[in-house]
Amino acid sequence: MSAALPLSAASGANALLERLPVVLRDGLLGYLPESLRWIVSGLITIAALLAVFGLLFAYLTLAERKLLGRIQNRPGPNRTGWFGLLQPFADAVKALTKEDIVPREADAVLHYLAPVVLVALSLMGFAVLPFGRLLVPVELDSAVLYFFAAGAATELAVFMAGWASRNKYSLLAAMRALAQLISYELPLLLSFVPVIMLAGTLSTTEIVTAQGGWTLGFLPHWHVLTPWGFAGFVIFMIAALAESNRSPFDLPEAESELIAGHLTEYSGFKYALFFMAEYFGMCALSGMAVTLFLGGWQAPCAFLEFIPSYAWFGAKLLALLFGFIWIRATLPRLRMDQLTRLAWKFLVPLALINLGTAAFWFLTAGWSGPLQLVRWAVAVALVVVPFLLLGRRLTAGVAPRTYRYAT
Amino acid sequence: MLFPFLIIACLTLASAAVAMMLRNLIHSALLLVLSWAGIAAFYLWAGAEFIAFAQILVYVGAISMVVLFAVLLTRPSRDVDLPLPAPTVLRIASGLMAAAMVASVLLTAVLATRITGGRSHAPNLTVKDLGALLAGPHAASLLVVGVILTVALLGAIIIAAPAPAERPEDQP
Amino acid sequence: MSPLHLCLLLSSGLFCIGLAAALTRGNAILVLLGIELMLNAANLNFIAFWRFGGGPAATGVVFVLFSIAVAAAEAAVGLALVIAVYRHRKNIRLQEVNSLRG
Repeated sequence: MSAALPLSAASGANALLERLPVVLRDGLLGYLPESLRWIVSGLITIAALLAVFGLLFAYLTLAERKLLGRIQNRPGPNRTGWFGLLQPFADAVKALTKEDIVPREADAVLHYLAPVVLVALSLMGFAVLPFGRLLVPVELDSAVLYFFAAGAATELAVFMAGWASRNKYSLLAAMRALAQLISYELPLLLSFVPVIMLAGTLSTTEIVTAQGGWTLGFLPHWHVLTPWGFAGFVIFMIAALAESNRSPFDLPEAESELIAGHLTEYSGFKYALFFMAEYFGMCALSGMAVTLFLGGWQAPCAFLEFIPSYAWFGAKLLALLFGFIWIRATLPRLRMDQLTRLAWKFLVPLALINLGTAAFWFLTAGWSGPLQLVRWAVAVALVVVPFLLLGRRLTAGVAPRTYRYAT
Repeated sequence: MLFPFLIIACLTLASAAVAMMLRNLIHSALLLVLSWAGIAAFYLWAGAEFIAFAQILVYVGAISMVVLFAVLLTRPSRDVDLPLPAPTVLRIASGLMAAAMVASVLLTAVLATRITGGRSHAPNLTVKDLGALLAGPHAASLLVVGVILTVALLGAIIIAAPAPAERPEDQP
Repeated sequence: MSPLHLCLLLSSGLFCIGLAAALTRGNAILVLLGIELMLNAANLNFIAFWRFGGGPAATGVVFVLFSIAVAAAEAAVGLALVIAVYRHRKNIRLQEVNSLRG
């Protein structure tokens, strides 16, 4: 992990904690000959990422089941270990010891490749996320583009899984997945264009640096705290929900309609790999949302800066992941036509208008005093009015639902 | 320096050639995606980072999806996956002969050319430079491309849209 | 042989594979994919000349960006045509789509 900023930037009491991962890595590298260092350094980074996000995946599944249980008024898994803390490992053992079934008619090569490709691609996004002030696995000039290019390629793996299974449900799910992912790619990409416009860069570290600083010491300059940034953040999160096939956009694997969608013909460890990829994708997209809109590793208040930057990144990431789980427990699944209508008639126009809002914000950056109020008012109006108008059109003709039988 | 290039070239050429010979359309499309990814790897090798990621995003992320969709929507039978009928011998022979002639012309032209004055280091082109170029000297072409894309998208929708039919379940 | 020569050989190889596919295969989608491959070969040349040629500006890169955009438009319209043909004839073999022939 290369140093994003000079080491002096992490000064004061937090310097040691801040630099701890880098110091540990350099200490380890010190024992090795010069020629091996670059490759071992890369391997250490990869191992650290795999370990952290592998564990996060394990406990995220547990947290999700526990939270869903709580929300649905039942205890959730609580038999393995204290409070069910060993449940993920029991699940892993179960998945590993299960028989791996490949249907006779299936396309064996593609059937095997699909989960592998999916996990590999969903891990690639982590390479450019700035996890902390000094923790950036790879510095790229066009990091944001790289991230979304890697994410776009995962759709192919879903299609491969659905098609290779030679199962009608799987194929239907693959078609649904393709339609959904194409539809939501557009708002996802459009929603963060304002961030790139205003930060003037595609590099993730520079985007985080651009959100540094505080007004009055406690109001951070995060993008989400501007009108266009808030709209962009909400659109981004909705599109991210759809891109990671999470409820309420989990149509490709809708249990009640398509058995398990493209996962129908998968069992054992391959099935677990699909789940791993889903959670990795969710984590990567949440990490990107944190980087683009929530100030990355920046502390929310100036006096809280003593906490190391990666802890802030982790806290924001966990908050977003909690939001994902909460939404899954709350909202019912959309129908296919509602899903595409939401993307094309609501999110895409809003994201396009948001571009205009961001341009206005950028052009009026010099306004001060009472003009600042005008600037905020106009920008908020540019966000809220299209939202209300488009929302009214989206729900036009839908009467308030009356429940005749359920009281 | 050349070793990665050779790997990339072999991968790209082999996957493209096999993709074009297979009789299973889905396998063809997926192998061609591999070939497109190989071309993106070539761009990375040549130092055009932005273009490489744009290639992945557009080809692997978007065009491949549209192709796969088209393949699934135009299957001759919904129940079984029939392999494509093999082209006739005459067709193969004439097509290959034409391609071979073009190949020989290109080969002799490339091999006979002496190249002088090339640069040895990749020119340093940041995303910011590229943006300035697109918004400055090439702004007019950028606008034209935007118009082309919009018109093409609208055209594609109009061509592919079925005749409107009233179906009650389409209502929200 | 200089690296530029190798790049040009790679792109001519890709171009010829695309050409052969477009000429021999009867399936409309495969023909379209062959044409895409030829376009890609041209892009590859632009990047090769930008990287190894002596030219001054970044015109090659800018041109490839535009070319990728046009290729996307071409793919969208081409596949829409394929779907429209399929709807009329339940078949996308190009040899049989000749009802406009006099």
